[in-house]
Amino acid sequence: MSNAVFIKQHFGHAEKNNYLNVSKGWKSWAFTLDHKRIGVMYLIGITTALLLAGVFALVLRSELFIPGKMFLTEAQYNRMFTLHGAIMVFSFIIPSIPAALGNFVLPMMLGAKDVAFPRMNLMSFYLWVIGTFFLVVAMLTNSLDTGWTFYTPYSIRTSTGVVAATFGTFVLGFSSIFTGLNFLVTVNTMRAPGMTWFKMPLFVWGIYATAIIQVLATPILGITLLLLIAERVLQIGIFDPKYGGDPVLFQHFFWFYSHPAVYIMILPGMGIISDLMAVYCRKKIFGYSFIAFSSVAIAILGFLVWGHHMFTSGQSEVVTLIFSAITFSVAIPSAVKVFNWLATMYKGCISLVTPMLYAMSFIFLFGIGGLTGLFLGALRTDIHLHDTYFVVAHFHYVMVGGTLTALFGGLYHWWPKMFGRMYNELWGRIGCLLVFIGFNLTFFPQFVMGSRGMARRYARYDPEFQIFHQWSTVGALILGAGIVIAIATLVHAVFRGKLCGGNPFGAASLEWQSSSPPSFHNFDHKIVLNDPYDFDSQIYDPDLDSYVQRSFTVPGQEPVPGKPQTV
Amino acid sequence: MTSEHGDHHDDHEHGEFIAHHFESAEQQFDAGKLGIWAFLVTEVLFFTGLFCAYVLYRFHHPEIFVQAHHFLDKILGGGNTIVLLFSSLTMALAVRASQLGQNRTVATMVLVTMVCASIFLGVKAVEYSHKWDIGIFVRAHFSLDESHHPKGISPYLTMISIIPLILLFVFGAMALLYRFTNSLFRAAFWGGMTLMVAGYFIGAIGGYFYMKVGGGDAHSTAGKVIEHHDDHADGHDPGDDHAQESASESQPAGGAHDHETRDLHHDIGIFFSIYYCMTGLHAIHVVGGIVALAWIFYRSLLGHWRSDYFGPVDYVGLYWHLVDLIWIFLFPLLYLIN
Amino acid sequence: MTAPHDAHDHHGFAHPVSKSLLYVVFIVLVGLTVLTVVANDWPLGSLDIWVAMAIATTKAFFVMAFFMHMWWEKGLNVAVFLSSLLFVMLFIGLTLLDTESYREDVERFPIFDRPDSSSVGPPIAPQK
Repeated sequence: MSNAVFIKQHFGHAEKNNYLNVSKGWKSWAFTLDHKRIGVMYLIGITTALLLAGVFALVLRSELFIPGKMFLTEAQYNRMFTLHGAIMVFSFIIPSIPAALGNFVLPMMLGAKDVAFPRMNLMSFYLWVIGTFFLVVAMLTNSLDTGWTFYTPYSIRTSTGVVAATFGTFVLGFSSIFTGLNFLVTVNTMRAPGMTWFKMPLFVWGIYATAIIQVLATPILGITLLLLIAERVLQIGIFDPKYGGDPVLFQHFFWFYSHPAVYIMILPGMGIISDLMAVYCRKKIFGYSFIAFSSVAIAILGFLVWGHHMFTSGQSEVVTLIFSAITFSVAIPSAVKVFNWLATMYKGCISLVTPMLYAMSFIFLFGIGGLTGLFLGALRTDIHLHDTYFVVAHFHYVMVGGTLTALFGGLYHWWPKMFGRMYNELWGRIGCLLVFIGFNLTFFPQFVMGSRGMARRYARYDPEFQIFHQWSTVGALILGAGIVIAIATLVHAVFRGKLCGGNPFGAASLEWQSSSPPSFHNFDHKIVLNDPYDFDSQIYDPDLDSYVQRSFTVPGQEPVPGKPQTV
Repeated sequence: MTSEHGDHHDDHEHGEFIAHHFESAEQQFDAGKLGIWAFLVTEVLFFTGLFCAYVLYRFHHPEIFVQAHHFLDKILGGGNTIVLLFSSLTMALAVRASQLGQNRTVATMVLVTMVCASIFLGVKAVEYSHKWDIGIFVRAHFSLDESHHPKGISPYLTMISIIPLILLFVFGAMALLYRFTNSLFRAAFWGGMTLMVAGYFIGAIGGYFYMKVGGGDAHSTAGKVIEHHDDHADGHDPGDDHAQESASESQPAGGAHDHETRDLHHDIGIFFSIYYCMTGLHAIHVVGGIVALAWIFYRSLLGHWRSDYFGPVDYVGLYWHLVDLIWIFLFPLLYLIN
Repeated sequence: MTAPHDAHDHHGFAHPVSKSLLYVVFIVLVGLTVLTVVANDWPLGSLDIWVAMAIATTKAFFVMAFFMHMWWEKGLNVAVFLSSLLFVMLFIGLTLLDTESYREDVERFPIFDRPDSSSVGPPIAPQK
């Protein structure tokens, strides 16, 4: 029956003629303009950065196992935490979800063949490579000990390799701008006919809000870092008090980017969680437009709160009050999202597969991370908690507990789509569990010791904090093992996993209306536009062991070869 | 803001220059257009950091700005403004011609735009080298000594001009080479490039003679500083107290103009730090613009533009107008202060 | 307003602006440039910066509206570009509001260390 053949061809496992094997040789990857291949290259890149910076983190934690010196001097410790922070933030978290997963999934979700500017997309990747290379060069040659924030005047005086690291970060900034600009234009102009704004999956809304921030905030980072380089090389005196400059101005410049950058890190993760919640609860997402608009609201509000990083920097009282008040208001759209996710789970048909486990741990960890942020936004408590482990724990709960968890959830969700193979469910769950336990064991004790006065960025500490540090170090090792298992499970799936069809999870957004792995043009047939959260539109096909769009199973309605247009 | 693709374009075949992932020429144009506008947004915000530094220091130290702007020549600055405005006009005409498919006009207009850009850079080189001659550098290296003004051509100007000089010979040689091997298209392109670099020398030589003849030399600017400083000498200058002690530290003793320069605010170099950052970054954008324009020039000679494919000219044009736009604000902020 | 488009018959999305309009805009821009240079010598007191900025903004309007075709541009693109100005104002405004308050601390800093400013640094010594 021709219908079944068509369906197998368009919705089954694509052994031949998929984007992975459409062309061969290293050149076909190095010069590819295909958003899927660029996404995969990005994925390899950011995983390398994650492992590198993760090793630094483990070294740091091991050093802190005892109060005195174990194997790092104070100066080496300073360099370690700086590189951990800089590489994690600039080379891993910021590009992670948008540039790797977003690149792969976003054009398909919109029913497009590619992003709007494929060359710019490839250039973004190479800028990432160059920028990361400079960070690593800075690390290998003269290292860097300013902390990832490069605060003046110390960053002007220190003898370490600030210029190389700053230049690397500058280039990474442009990589991020290019990604954001590309997605902004793609979402605006590349949607398939009939794909209106409110038919887009919420992941797209998350990426779109992120793209707005990337385009608006990152240039300020660029000019800040250029000025810092000029300050070091030419002594222009804008940030250097020795020459009548204003060191706090640097903090204004830096946080005008870097606070919105926090939302660059978390918004795509929130988008992933919104989609995972709906798919694995088999239920229409609750409050679609609230989740969509709260992403944009967070993006906008994110520009109004940068001063809350500077409460103790000598900032004026008026400005401090304004920033504190607006900081609290960010909690509103964040809470809107959390409640909508919970409402989606309510009476849903929850299947506790690996992506869903990650999604649920995201809600838990992000809840803790978000709520502890309120303590830091309050002026009085912030004076006490500022620059303690409480802050460290807070942002790790948001960035690792939030973004990294969402990234893994998204990877496990889209992995069968990306590589056409299913991962081992048991090992996926074990990895998730270890990440969850290890993470909490690492960072929860840090809340306690932070509130008792353990300052961050110190290599030595009082013995009274030792027990917390030891818990934390043990947790870090478990977390590291969990991450390694999670990655190993995915890598194993690429080579040894069970073959799977186009839509093994029965998700309804457009990227699942293709073969797995997708073909070079994403869709070789006219797609059918449906509500991305209407799971009744997908019916199970036992031949393929996969789901198929309902209308294609009706005789005479089989997919028509052609451009990706709606029928 | 729903998309409006495919509602009024006919379903013709993919044209020569339509990338595979676009449905139509119009979709490609719309995407490019939004992309370039978003890019201009990043450019505006990129410069915002500098504008912010400018506003802060001007707000907190107006006296520095009043003193410092006398070292900038508003005739050269104003002339450069008009050169850039004219290049914007020719760019707009080039975009118009490309929309009508008049490739020869596009080529001419883009060439004029590039020459204007080079003239701008030439004038800028004269301004910079003049300042470096008399020791006006960024904050930490600021050591004004007007007696150091050289009699002939500034060594700094010679140094800056080496690169354009090399380019002039290389491009000229390429043009001649292709002229005599009868590949006229290439000859035309490299000839255009030669003209473009020649623009730098028009600007530099013009600026140089203006400085020599037109009264823009160092001594009269210094004279203005003294005059104006007398106006402001009634003690509202908060930095005056330690200006006295610090000036003696930063100045070599015994200069002919010792007594005028001693009155300068000790942080006056910050103005020039901001000046060099702003104009330098702007100049980098002008150079980038020239490279982009050269690409447009090349494709115009190939006759690529037609009424349904002129996007690149339009995008480069928008970028060029933004460079002009930034200068429109830089000029009064830096040169016209009272 | 002069007729925005030529009478040329063209299809699709190309909207050539009339040449005469471009020339007029250029002349206006040159006129405004001359005006702003001349106005610099007028005794305007502290108003001068605002006059100069007003003239610059007028010039920017002409460049954006006609040279950059914003007058006929899609609403979305205009909104995208103009929204950047909002963030410019936000950034400069809040930063200015704040730096005002701690300005004295910054001003005080160099006085401690002059005149031998070569070995100046904040109290924290860089670690080797």
